[in-house]
Amino acid sequence: MRTLLFLLEKEFKQIFRNKGIIRTIFIAPVIQLILMPLAADFSVKNINLAVVDHDHSTYSQILINKITASGHFKIAAYNASYKEALTTIEQDKADLALEIPEHFERNLVRENYQKVYVAINAIEGTKASLGGGYLASIINSFNADIRLKWIQPDHISPSPTIGITATNWYNIFLDFHLFIVPGILVTLLTAMGSMQAAFNIVQEKERGTIEQINVTPIKKHIFILGKLIPFLVLSTVIFTIGLLVARVFYGIIPVGSFVVLYGSLIIYLFAMLGLGLLISTYSETQQQAMSLSFFFINVFNMMSGLFTSVDSMPAWAHTVIQTFPSTHFIIIMRMVVLKGSGFGDITYHLAAMFIIGLIFNTWAVLNYRKTT
Amino acid sequence: MAETVIRTEKLTKRFGDFVAAHELTFEVDKGEIFGFLGANGAGKTTAMRMLCGLSIPTSGKAMVAGFDVFTQPDEIKKNIGYMSQKFSLYEDLTVSENIKFYAGIYGLSIKQIKLKTEELLTELSLKNEAKVLVSELPLGWKQKLSFSVALVHQPKVVFLDEPTGGVDPVSRRNFWDLIYYAADKGVTVFVTTHYMDEAEYCNRVSIMVDGVIAALDSPTNLKKQFSSDSMDDVFYKIARGAKRSE
Repeated sequence: MRTLLFLLEKEFKQIFRNKGIIRTIFIAPVIQLILMPLAADFSVKNINLAVVDHDHSTYSQILINKITASGHFKIAAYNASYKEALTTIEQDKADLALEIPEHFERNLVRENYQKVYVAINAIEGTKASLGGGYLASIINSFNADIRLKWIQPDHISPSPTIGITATNWYNIFLDFHLFIVPGILVTLLTAMGSMQAAFNIVQEKERGTIEQINVTPIKKHIFILGKLIPFLVLSTVIFTIGLLVARVFYGIIPVGSFVVLYGSLIIYLFAMLGLGLLISTYSETQQQAMSLSFFFINVFNMMSGLFTSVDSMPAWAHTVIQTFPSTHFIIIMRMVVLKGSGFGDITYHLAAMFIIGLIFNTWAVLNYRKTT
Repeated sequence: MAETVIRTEKLTKRFGDFVAAHELTFEVDKGEIFGFLGANGAGKTTAMRMLCGLSIPTSGKAMVAGFDVFTQPDEIKKNIGYMSQKFSLYEDLTVSENIKFYAGIYGLSIKQIKLKTEELLTELSLKNEAKVLVSELPLGWKQKLSFSVALVHQPKVVFLDEPTGGVDPVSRRNFWDLIYYAADKGVTVFVTTHYMDEAEYCNRVSIMVDGVIAALDSPTNLKKQFSSDSMDDVFYKIARGAKRSE
């Protein structure tokens, strides 16, 4: 135990003496947490629309006004023909083309029936489907408006409709930030935990200082603890700063208890630091450690349900991501921060992280050699 | 009869098909300065790493400070000091922090650490540099510091792997004063070197060629045996038959 204290004293001195590390550890996460949620916003605004109006009637004007008034669309161009509108899409000036055919108004009034044509640039899937969806719902509502105007309701609507009344829980205004900020905080810790710890140990290998340690009677688990504890402490500090940034910039105040949050954090860090340690035992240079950690961090960040719902993955992928600590911690964060879940609600995820952590750490200790 | 501190018998290390050290058999007495010579790649460092418990021998026997390298590596580590080829103290810690750290992990008490730090700083005339980062010291000073740190827990044997590489003759001479001082106090010194003038300072010298010990005796006897007037000449006569080199 005494040996551990000497190790910790040395590690903290070295970390705090390295100004570059201190900057990356504290300032970078804050900047990322402020900037990244702005980019990770899935509500679609400013869809560029090319309009081809062959009718130039009152009704076509009303439709176009209704579309622009929705706030989702911006008229990028008025084109004379459908072909011209397609060219604007090809030039990436417009995302959607709407063609209102000739005699739009007349056919509506006389024949009670009319088609409009919509062409969607579907390169960006989300934007395309949401844009198409918004446009369809606006046209539907336009349709309902004019029907209401023409047909005197005979107390019973001509076609039966089911009205839906939905209540949003936990995120009443469907604020995307509320969903994404806790997740981004997790990804910052992912990078911190595994990478910094791995680099630190590999650096001792590169500089040859680890040789000097290896000829001392120091026990390897003590040496490893001496490496993990400082990063556990630093990561906890980053997490706390992250929660403050979330509060100040996004007004997010965790609904759940801090005991649950920090308790889960420690188990998560146990797993991620274990991974960092494991990476360090397989790397001789910082470059190797960098490549390995980059691989894991990328996969974890993209697959653990930060941006996309994990439920829509194929079953096998869904099984694979159960072995990612970040999958569980992102879920825990959202549950605790937004719903106020307690230990009882997150037992499965805590247990999963703990088992993963146990595997990583045991593997790393077994693979760490003082001798060759 | 002097006490034997290192004893090896047919100590061998293989890396796959490559035999880095082949059946080394020798003894080193307490307080002796034992020179370990050989061309690059002859197997000096491998042999030394086995004796320090950094590398597990493939076969043979070896006892260091009374302990077996196969079964008691941790006991050995408590009783030896080691200074590697590459400077390996922490450059981002100060002189006294390095001393404190190593003294601490070898289990010295806080009081002992204080006394030891004072003593070493005086011995090395580094009192004014106690709070200077090690990275700012000249190489000759760094090597003296790392030697002293290797001795901080008063080991029975100290292993020095090319301790004076890359420094000027005056610094080397100063370094050897420290070695003599330690040997006088009863520490056994096991040193590898490429400098033949340093070989002359040793009590006994072994010369390795291609993984085996080709000669082992005092510098005076070796010179007689090979009818040379310098160790330089002895080394050349023995080592020129080497097949391996870098």
